[in-house]
Amino acid sequence: MKHIKFNYFKNLGFALLTLGLIMGCERDLSDEAVLATFSNTAEIFTDVPVGLTDDFFVSFDPVEGANTEGFGTDDNVAYEGTSSIRIDVPTPTDPNGGFIGGIFRDRGEGRDLTGFDALTFWAKGSTTATVGLFGFGTDFEENKYAVSIENIELSTDWRKITIPIPDASKLTQEKGMFIFSAGTESTSGAGYTFWMDEIKFENLGTIRLQNPFIFSGQDLEIDAFIGANQRLTDLGAVFNLTNGQNQSMSVAPSYFDFESTNSAVTGAFSINIAGQAFTSIVGTMGTAVITAQLADVLAVGSLTINAAGAFPHAPVPMRAAANVTSLFSDAYANVPVRHYNGFFAPFQTTQGGSGIDPNDVDIQAPFANGSLDNIINYTVLNFVSIGMYETVPNIDVSQRTHLHVDINVRENIDASDFIRIQLESGTGGGSISGGSSVLSSTLLRNVDANGWASLDIPLSNFSGFTDPSNLGQLFFISDGTISDIWVDNVYFYNP
Amino acid sequence: MNSMYNNTLIKMAVAFRAVVSFLTIAGCDPDETQTVAEFNNLVMHDEFDTDGVPDNTLWTYDIGTGPGNDGWGNNELQYYTDRTENATVENGYLLLTAKEESFNGSSYTSARITSQGLFEQAYGRFEARIRVPYGKGYWPAFWLLGNDCAQNVWPQCGEIDIMEYLGDQPTTVFGSAHGPGYSAGDAITKEYVLENDRFDTGFHVFGIEWAPDYINYYVDDVLYQQITKEDVLEETNGEGEWVFDHPFYIILNVAIGGNLPGSPNAETVFPQTMLVDYVRVYQQ
Repeated sequence: MKHIKFNYFKNLGFALLTLGLIMGCERDLSDEAVLATFSNTAEIFTDVPVGLTDDFFVSFDPVEGANTEGFGTDDNVAYEGTSSIRIDVPTPTDPNGGFIGGIFRDRGEGRDLTGFDALTFWAKGSTTATVGLFGFGTDFEENKYAVSIENIELSTDWRKITIPIPDASKLTQEKGMFIFSAGTESTSGAGYTFWMDEIKFENLGTIRLQNPFIFSGQDLEIDAFIGANQRLTDLGAVFNLTNGQNQSMSVAPSYFDFESTNSAVTGAFSINIAGQAFTSIVGTMGTAVITAQLADVLAVGSLTINAAGAFPHAPVPMRAAANVTSLFSDAYANVPVRHYNGFFAPFQTTQGGSGIDPNDVDIQAPFANGSLDNIINYTVLNFVSIGMYETVPNIDVSQRTHLHVDINVRENIDASDFIRIQLESGTGGGSISGGSSVLSSTLLRNVDANGWASLDIPLSNFSGFTDPSNLGQLFFISDGTISDIWVDNVYFYNP
Repeated sequence: MNSMYNNTLIKMAVAFRAVVSFLTIAGCDPDETQTVAEFNNLVMHDEFDTDGVPDNTLWTYDIGTGPGNDGWGNNELQYYTDRTENATVENGYLLLTAKEESFNGSSYTSARITSQGLFEQAYGRFEARIRVPYGKGYWPAFWLLGNDCAQNVWPQCGEIDIMEYLGDQPTTVFGSAHGPGYSAGDAITKEYVLENDRFDTGFHVFGIEWAPDYINYYVDDVLYQQITKEDVLEETNGEGEWVFDHPFYIILNVAIGGNLPGSPNAETVFPQTMLVDYVRVYQQ
């Protein structure tokens, strides 16, 4: 025993000596070499929130219809322990808001989740309703590593829900601990309650990545003009869970590595303000195939892009700037906008128009003289607005008599197809009023050689638009009859 | 090389029996007089180190849909072939691959190799290191069948299932014994569930220690089931017969569909391969 002890101390002394030498000689290096690490706390809610912000629940924006009243804890119901989270899902007509949802955020600088492979929790419902979305990685900042499973049917008994982490090595500092969103789509508008308990990250070891996917796993092919920002959408992964069931999930682009076969056709891969991956078409000829990998596994699905050449521009506006109030045109100085697409969850499907910068939307197509023509490309259109409220003032078009807009419908137009333009006043504070005018299929088919319908609509056509000095939103509404359009030169004017 | 491991297992087995005895039949312990078998003598092994067709001095093929053309008695959906697409040795592994393809009236092909007539033995330690496929409809197995089934019709000839697994339960395997009075759905069987791991993402060792009086079932270093002559009698109200005293041969196969697993569904991934790192058999 003594002998062993002696050896032990001798070695320890030597070790300390060595450590001292290293510290003495290379202090600067060792300080720099220390990587900051963050809390690896697993629990999010047990009987109380664990390490979350003081407000615990951060709701979606009530302006967009989110109900902030239906969130609470319930000391009478628990899967384990004494308390659970209780969500009262409102009816669509609830004056406090027609759906409920939001996030839980880490109260610190974020957590190190690299040691986990899933977020799990227990849930039960007052009825077998379907909850719209559960997930994590949404922090209402970058939402960089957002992940979600959608349309989850509740049981009236406790059931464990597993949300796999697509690639935990990315999550060294994650603030978005949990997200949910629930409405009454599955209950024909009837409200219901559900409870969640024991929300935590786990290292299950019992789930496997079956395959990542892009474009929902489809191999798509498109023609694209130079200057277009081509979005890479419908990203996700299928995991096989402990119980043998497959779980499909939506996965943010930051988990993926994208690759193009032809850098003469596509540019760098970036992420837009709506959190979508995109690449710019940089060439006028050739073909590029886009693929992606998640955690070094090739995703199912691809996009073949055939460069289609120069962009078919809309007619360049010739009206004097003094007679124009422009929302979106390269020919004029535009008024500041809150958005070219508000991405109003959960009812809006429309993609495109992300951002507030009219010089950086969907398509930046060079004119012959080299200057850039910016074009909005709305896809999956049901409705969308250009917004002038909240962060920017409402605009005054009371001195204008007409609205001009150029629309290029990128699909066949059926006789019953339409786009309704709606003008809304007083958005974001004032009293709301407005009116609309319908663009029929006939009007939309009346196009120039490049496919553009140039529309000049008297404001008197917008019956009910009586407060033109406080215009807050201009909507394009197709109700899905038309889904893919280019939009350019949206401005009010006097002839 | 594995004697330490083996001893540990035997000690666990003894401990397990001791606990069971204490709880159930204290004071009348048959174990006191039992000689515990130790199987240290490696008598057959295939490490699958030679690429190409499986070693034909050890393995042969069952081909087709079974002698009764009834999916091997289970309404299984695959046609077993001896093609290298379905059975081959590569990079140190035996690969048994199930494919979705039209073949001789079946919708799937796969492979079932056996040591019938080539290696048959009563008693001993049989083990294999295996990674299985996953998904609804997959039914891979590592098992033994009595070599006298031609004379003594199954289940009289006996069957020892060292490992069976259903692809829609990726964390669970089960070990079973079939004999007269306890066969098919009434076999003596037990599940083993992996904690924090699954059987299709890595290799696991599946084995039995088979002595005249008992069969021990283990996964990796965990003994999870012992079946004794007494168990057979207890489970069958004295009707069952212990039929594990004659030579058995080894079978490795990947079945698709059939009564037990049910058919593959749209999400089941094909092709998939069962990888076998080695098969080793020891005697006392």
